[in-house]
Order: sequence, then C-alpha cells, then structure tokens
Amino acid sequence: MTDTTNTPHRHIPDRLDNPVKSAVFSWETLLVLVGVAIFTANAFASPYFLNEWSLSDLTFNFTEKAVIALAMALLIISGEIDLSVAAIIALASTLMGMAVQWGVPTPGLVAIGIGVGLACGAFNGFLVTGLKLPSIVVTIGTMSLFRGLSYAILGDQAYGGYPADFSWLGQGYVWWVISFELVFFIAAAIVFWFVLHRTNFGRRIFAIGNNALAAQFSGVRVARIKFVLFCLTGLMSGIAAVMLTARLGSTRPSIAQGWELEVITMVVLGGVSILGGAGSILGVVLAALIMGLVTFGLGLLNVPGIVMSIFIGGLLISVIALPILYRMWKERRQ
Amino acid sequence: MTQPLLTLSGISKSFPGVRALHDVSLELYPGQVTALIGENGAGKSTLVKILTGIYQPDEGSITVKGEAVSLPTAHAAFGRGITAIHQETVLFDELTVAENVFLGHAPRTRFGLIDWGRMRAEAASLLQSMGAGIDPDVKLKELGIAKKHLVGLARALSIDADIVIMDEPTAALSQKEIEDLYVLVELLKQDGKAILFISHKFDEIYRIADRFTVFRDGEMVGKGMIAETAQDAIVRMMVGRSVDHIYPKTQAQIGETVLTVEGLSHPTEFADISFELKRGEILGFYGLVGAGRTEVMQALFGITRPSAGRITVEGREVAPKSAADAIEAGIVYVPEERGRQGVVIGLPIFQNVSLPSLRRTSGNGVLRLAEEFRLARTYTERLDLRASSLSQDVGTLSGGNQQKVVIAKWLATNPRVIILDEPTKGIDIGSKAAVHAFMSELVGQGLCVIMVSSELPEVMGMSDRIVVMREGRIAGIFDNKGLDPVTLVETAAGIRSQAA
Amino acid sequence: MIRFFKQREVMLLAIIAIIVALVTTRSSGFGTPRNLAAVFNDTAVLAMLACGQLLVILTRSIDLSVAANLALTGMIAAMINAAMPGVPVEVLIVGCVVVGGLLGAFNGVLVWKLNIPPIVVTLGTLTIYRGAVFLVSGGTWVNAVDMSDRFKELTRLVFLGLPMLSWFAIVVIALFVLLMARTSLGRSFYAAGINPTAATYAGIDVGKTKFIAFTISGMVAGLAGYLWVSRYVIASVDVARGLELQVVAACVIGGVSIAGGIGTVGGAVLGALFLGVINNALPVIGVSPFWQMAISGAAIITAVIFNARGERKRGRIILKSAEAA
Repeated sequence: MTDTTNTPHRHIPDRLDNPVKSAVFSWETLLVLVGVAIFTANAFASPYFLNEWSLSDLTFNFTEKAVIALAMALLIISGEIDLSVAAIIALASTLMGMAVQWGVPTPGLVAIGIGVGLACGAFNGFLVTGLKLPSIVVTIGTMSLFRGLSYAILGDQAYGGYPADFSWLGQGYVWWVISFELVFFIAAAIVFWFVLHRTNFGRRIFAIGNNALAAQFSGVRVARIKFVLFCLTGLMSGIAAVMLTARLGSTRPSIAQGWELEVITMVVLGGVSILGGAGSILGVVLAALIMGLVTFGLGLLNVPGIVMSIFIGGLLISVIALPILYRMWKERRQ
Repeated sequence: MTQPLLTLSGISKSFPGVRALHDVSLELYPGQVTALIGENGAGKSTLVKILTGIYQPDEGSITVKGEAVSLPTAHAAFGRGITAIHQETVLFDELTVAENVFLGHAPRTRFGLIDWGRMRAEAASLLQSMGAGIDPDVKLKELGIAKKHLVGLARALSIDADIVIMDEPTAALSQKEIEDLYVLVELLKQDGKAILFISHKFDEIYRIADRFTVFRDGEMVGKGMIAETAQDAIVRMMVGRSVDHIYPKTQAQIGETVLTVEGLSHPTEFADISFELKRGEILGFYGLVGAGRTEVMQALFGITRPSAGRITVEGREVAPKSAADAIEAGIVYVPEERGRQGVVIGLPIFQNVSLPSLRRTSGNGVLRLAEEFRLARTYTERLDLRASSLSQDVGTLSGGNQQKVVIAKWLATNPRVIILDEPTKGIDIGSKAAVHAFMSELVGQGLCVIMVSSELPEVMGMSDRIVVMREGRIAGIFDNKGLDPVTLVETAAGIRSQAA
Repeated sequence: MIRFFKQREVMLLAIIAIIVALVTTRSSGFGTPRNLAAVFNDTAVLAMLACGQLLVILTRSIDLSVAANLALTGMIAAMINAAMPGVPVEVLIVGCVVVGGLLGAFNGVLVWKLNIPPIVVTLGTLTIYRGAVFLVSGGTWVNAVDMSDRFKELTRLVFLGLPMLSWFAIVVIALFVLLMARTSLGRSFYAAGINPTAATYAGIDVGKTKFIAFTISGMVAGLAGYLWVSRYVIASVDVARGLELQVVAACVIGGVSIAGGIGTVGGAVLGALFLGVINNALPVIGVSPFWQMAISGAAIITAVIFNARGERKRGRIILKSAEAA
C-alpha cells in the first residue's frame, strides 16, 4: 500500500529500555537474592542442611504444590482463581484408593488420578465459562463438594495398600538424589514457561487478564481459553494427587488440607498479579523454592507446622502490601 | 445586577497526557439557566466532576455565595448545595424508587432511624409534582431509561440544592418528557436556583437558557446572554474554524456492493435493519444517543447475537458468533468505549496491534517478536502514531493515539469492512484530523467504512450516504449530496419521517 | 401473589418446611417444637456469622477469616477465664467483641487503604489468626474443668423456653434487621455494592463502608468465639475449622449475590437454618454425617446458579414494542 502523505513518518523504536537492565531490576532478581539469603541462613542455622540428602528431602516439600502453582499462575494471570485444587487432590486420591481395593494396577491408578483431576477442572471451567459464574464462589462451592465427596466415601477411614511401583512416583529417584517428583516439576516448569511466554496461547492469556472485554473484541476466544486453563489446573492437581498419594502411601479425606492457600501464596509471591494480567513462570518457580527452603529450614529448627502457616499467611499479605505501601510512600514524597 | 451564586475562576485540570481544562471561568446566577456549550471532549464533563467534588482542580478557585470553598468530596459538594443530574443515570438498580430519591438524606424518625413511610410519601408527592406517575415502591431496575432519568431528577430536587447541574438531561427523553422537563426547569428558576444546563441541542438552549458559556478544547472561548447572541455566532465559537476545512473528504471510486444486511433484528434492541455498503464508500450512521446504532454494529461484529436477518460479505453469507468469526469474515469494529473494549491497557503497543493477527505473525503457534514489531511498525507509522517506543504500555498514550493503535490493529488484519463507532469522541483536534484523513485514505484504497457518529458536522463532512436510526429502527437513508442537516436532525428526533 | 412466592425468603422457608415435614414422616420426633428449638440453637452461631458476612458480601467483598477469628477470640476468652475466674463473664464477652472487631478491622484496613483484594487478605489472615491460636495457647487445650461454671452456664440458661445462646442470636439478628432496614449506614452497604460510582456521587465513601463491614463481621465473629467455646466447652486450635465456608454457603443459599448489592438479613438467616436443618436431619434419616460437606458444596453451587439467573442484567431496551411487552 502507498503512503498518502509525502512527509516521511516518524520512526518508532521497538524498545527503549535495555532488556538486561530491566532484568536486573526485576522481581525475579529480588526473589533470587531472598532465596540465597535464606539458603545461607539455613546453612548456618543447622549443621544437617548442607548435605545432598537433606537438599533432596527439601524438594519433596514443595514440588507437588509447585506443580499445581504452575497451572494456577496461568489461571490467575487470566483473571480467574481456583480454590478447589486441594479438594481435587482429596477426591482424586480417594478414588485412586478405591481403585486399589479393586486391584487396579499402577497405570490404571495414575490414569484415574489424572482423569479425576481433569474432570474436576472441566466442571469448574464449565460453571465459570459456560454458566458465567464468578470463579471465587464457584470454587468455594466445588472445594466443599469435592472434599465432601471424599469424606462421604471415606468417613474417618483411610485407604492404603498402594502397589510398590506406584510408590515410586512419590518416593523414587531417577538418578542419585534427584527424585522423580523434582524431574517432573522441572520438565513441567519448562513446558509452562514456553507456553506462557513463547506462544500465542500465552500471549492471549495476558491479554485476557489485562482486559478480557477488549481481548474478546480483538478476536480472542476468551471463554474457550479460560475453560482450557481450568482443565489444566485440574489436570495438574490430579498429577499432584498421584505424587502425594504415592509419597504418603495412604489416603485420608483430610489429605492436602489448606494447600489451596499455599499454592496461591506461591503464585502471588512469584510476582503474579492477583488482579490478573502480569506474572512469570520463573518467578513462580523461584517462589516455590523459597517456600520450600523456609518450611524445611523451620522444620530443621523444630518449628511446628501451624506456626509456619502464620509465616505463609503473613508472606501472602506482605508481598502484595509492600509494593503498594512503597508506591504510596513514593507518591507522598513527590 | 445580581451577584453570581457560584463563580469558578482560573480552573485548570490535567490528566497524564491530556490537558482537560485550562484557565476556565464560569458564573452561575440565581434564577437563571446558564448553558454550557461545547463539542464532545471540550472539557464539560471534567468541569461537572470538579463541581460535584469528584475531581480536584490543579489550579483555580471556587466561590459559592461569596465564600471561597473547596470541594474535596462529593459529600462536600452536597453540603454546599450543589447537585447534579448525570448523563448516564448513576443510580441504584436494586433499590426502590423512593430510596433512590432519598439515599443519603432520608427523612428520619425521632430516634434517628429511616422513616420509610414519610420517605415513600415524600417521594410520591415529589414525583407527582413532576407529572411522573412512578410508583415509589418499585425497584429502579423495573423502569425504562426515561423514567430512570426522571427519578434522577427527583433526587436532585429532593436535595434542597441552590445549584443544579443538568448534564444532557434530555438525551434519552421523548418529546413529551422533554416538555415536562422544561416546566420543571421553569419552576426551579422561580425558586431562585442557579442552573447549569449542558446540552448539544441548540433549540433547547434557545428555549430555556438565559446565559451561555462556550468551551473549546478545555478553554473558555466565549460567554454572554442568549437573547443577544445569534446561533451561528455560538457555533463559530464552539468549532473555532469553518467546517469545510477540517473534513478532508475526497470522493473515492464507488465500486460493487461489499456488505449487505437484510432484516437484521434483535428481540429488544433493534428490528428490521437493512442496508448495503459499497466499495470505497463511507456510510454514516446518525441518530440520538441510545438509538441502537452501537447494538447493530456489535451484532455485525459477532458480539450480540441477532434473532433474525442475513449478513453477506462479498457475496458470502456470514453469521458471526464471536468477534473472532467476524474478523475472519473481514468485518472489524473500532468501539466507542476505547478504554474498555478497544485497547488492552497493560499490554505494550506492539502486542495490541498484533493480537488479532497472531496466527500470521507466529510460526505454528510460537511467537516471533521480530514479525510482531514489523507488523506493528508498518501500521502505526502509517497512522503517524506518537509514541516513544513500541514497547510502551498503550495506557500511557493519549486518547487519540490509543485510537490510532486500535485502527492499526485492524488494518493489520486486512479487513473488508471497517466499522468506526464514534471514532473521534473525546480525542484532541490533531488526532481527530488524522483519523478523518485516514478514513479518506482507506476508502481511496478500496476499503469500505461504516462510521457511527452523533456529531452532525462529522457525519455531514465525511459520509457518502447517511443512515438515520431512531428507537432501534432505520428512520431514513439519505444521499449526502446537498443534504440539509435539519432533515437529519428531524428524522433522528422523529419529527419528520423520510420523504425521499 | 406470584411475586411473593418468587421472593427468596419465602421460597427458602417453604423448602425448609418441606424438609422438616418429610423428615418428620420418617422420625416423628423431628418436627416437634422442642426439637426445632434445639436445631435453631445449633444453628445460632452460624446464623449470626452469616449476618456479619452479609454486610461484607454486599460491599463486593468476602471474609474467609471469620472462623479463625472465632477460634482466636474464643481461645483468649477461655484462657483468661481459666487463669482469672474472677473476671466477670460479661466483661469477657465485651472483650471478645472488641478483639474480634480489631481482627476484622485489620482485614478492613488492608482492603480499604491498600486496596488488596478481600479474598487474598482474608485467606492470609485466616492462617495468621489460626496460627495465632497456637501461639497464645502453646498448642494446649482449654477444657471444661478449666472453665468457670458461670462461663459455661451463660449460654445454657433457659429463658422463656429457649437457651441464652438462642437469645443471643435473636438479639443479634434483630439488631442486624434494624441496622440494614432503618439506618443510613445499613443502606450504604447496599448502595456501595450495587453501584460504587453512584455511591461515591451520593457522598458515600465506598472504601470506608467496606472497612465498617469487615469490622462488624469481626465483632460478630468475636462474640461467636465466646458463645462457641462456652457451648462446646472446649477451646483449641481446631475449633470451628472450615466454618467460614458454611457461613459463605449460608449467605449464597440465602440469595446474597457474591457480586454485591443484593441480599437480606432474612435470607442469610434462612440460609443458615437450611444448612442447620440438613445437618440435623442427616443422622435422623440414616445418612452418614460425613455427607454434610458435600451437600453444602452442592447447595452453594446450586444457589449460585440460581442467584445468577435472577441477577442477569436486563439489557437496555431500545425497541418501544419490546418495552411494552
């Protein structure tokens, strides 16, 4: 096509900021620094910390939650949330336990766990995108429904007797001190990083999270993408259920109680905006590492779990509040 | 001569990238109606927000009854006896009519509790005195838009205010309701209230206003007595230039029919919409606000689902179920609500431009940034976008430049039909001219354009043919050769039906 | 007439009556006034908390920290009572309301001043408050033997045929009805939720309204802290775990819109009673009480679907013919 005017157009540069400079002053850099500091503190606090088996144990602390956090990050970036992830684990684990009683072998158990997760995610996705309901209250409802079904099936009983090769998925090592869980998490993180930051699908997720209406008006199929994200979150919860069940070797309906909070904290600590539209997989991975380091470190110091949860709750609020307070303080000074 | 009840002087207000008001002044006199006149984007709404305590002016002073005041909150404005009836009814759908009238200043019993009985009775008598037979006990959501407006008016009257701001109060009213409103305004004048009346309609300004103040591009450019000033003098102040100069309409080669719409209908919003659009043509859609033009356009764009009718693009029938379908069919839409529907604020410029074209810029679904930058640069530079870089958040641009990003986004999809809904609303003069010049260029290249506009000069200045809509139906289709603007206005208002 | 039956309160009341009637055919004791009074007494705390939650949800927020707040204030009250039995219970009750109010106000400040989404704030404070129970108690329990007689009896004293716990709930509910229907503060919760912009124009500070809603919700949770510990004569870290979901469920079932602005005290209370009746009916008809959670989950989802249908905004009607229809 031809120009209408004879005057040359102003040239607009692609970018002004030096990408290296903006990477140095990013949230992820801060997370790395915090992570290194906590690692060092742990090393000084406990003589048992700097040992390859200790460090390997540490990874079991966060990989299952982090696997869910990867998908949750995408969901939160798109402006939705899923509070039912821990309940999905409970239901998936319960149905796997049931299947064990019928003698289903390991591949079948894994398929059931993943399938239940996917089905639960699709159910959430249908309620949110199909019936246009708010995701917070929908997933509060399904959180109660999924775990409730698990209670209805199990009551105060427990399932056990998982086959030995099934346990490997939660307890086994691929090589030396490197567990299957860790390998799976790293692989999943790479896939999620690629999808979110390097594909059209990921770009559309960011567009939806910043302004779903304008994205729809730009030809993005918003409902379809959100549905896929709910399914994906369910799927990853199902995988986490397989790993957790395999690691514990038993299923109670109270399994993974309160994990939804830890997963969301991981995502928010990783720099994902709870209002949607911004975030990175690298940040979430670093946040998962930090939370693993903290809980493991406090565990070495014999701090009880419930006190750790205070720390996690405080962390959740302060990582959101501090940038806001800082901005307010800066504005006041101007 | 009486003293003004309210005086504004030297008021300035800026927003990031936009100077909304610069050193404006305004006086309101008791018992008189002052008309505030100006084009869209002249700064009228900003002024109203300053008067009602929503915005704080950067500079300038506000004097009420001889006393310098500040209006830090809506409540403070309330307390100074200033009340406003807004353009869009800003009321509470889920509350009853009586409560909408009295929220915040309900009659109380001796114990300080809300006296529902008295509230209902007072609301009923107030609505009665306005000649509006509205049941004070129904929820507001049960009412139509015109009646909601009357409730808003009743609310303003229920507050014993000295200064009443009416922001386009007749925009959604029928002729009968407008007559009733005039009677009310007379009553307010007799009560000695000072009224600021914002309107686009000259007949109504000449009918009820005593004084006028004209704003243009955020500045006060004239004031005086209505009785002593001729209408064209005010128009000249408003526009500040001759109309012919600013519309670079060049006659493009009109070709074959590209878009045909036949009998398009929707259960509640529009009915029996039929028209054709030819290659190289700009088809104007004129009508009052709320005539259903946007709804028709959004149906063409796949956002609203019509209940009947056929849409044909270049001989192929299309039934878009989503914007994605419409884009595929070659129909694109530049929405009126730019910030909500047009640009994705938070994403950089280049990502906004490439969003609908990702399938072409990517390789098997994998992003190729270089391609995206190339696409974005090609189209934004053609539109003479003013930005420091393509990675800048689109939210940091001015309204006019955001509009250019939206248009660039659509050009990149290589469309057949481009629909522009109020394309120059709220953008500065320079960008306006650029958008108009570009429309001419587009049709010159064989595209066809539908332009929805409520600005008469724009419709007259840019269109080849003009469709006038009224209450969800087509009231007339006119060839824009030697067309008298009065015909358009009267057709839109329902005073005249199409003779041609 | 049809309008009357379409109201959520009337419908819920009818459903509750039908459930009670059906269960009574299986077990004749269920429908007796005496048993129904016991069911109400059982539901008293839930109904009160639902009233507090109503205010929060009306302003387009949510408070998930109420159960943890209850556990913390209840533990503090029980420990003070155990350590200093001389402190009058009335003082303890006032103290609970104050402490609960402060915990609620903390949520409110974060939402009001820092604009943090309420779901995040209260998910965070939920764990913090729950963890704080452990910190103040050192992980121990306060049992019946540690509590003074008056502390335990106050909720049990029977007045006009009903235990004091029920009377507490009745008074709180009545105060809420008065607040919501007859004060401008009550109406401002609705206004702020229906249309925050219009509320601002009407001189209502929307953020502050949210703050007040959280504070009141916290005060109710604080009062409930004492009532719960006194009724069940135990204070521990695990008291009322998960109750926040029941509270939200009661509101949603009662027709309170999670999008804000819609809902009544009557609806919230009936929503709580619905859950109370179900919980009490399950063992009577031989269903494992472990079904409780799943049923309330299903009830939440059903109610949300139902609410959304009623709230679907009618589009602007342009066609004159359609408006007449």
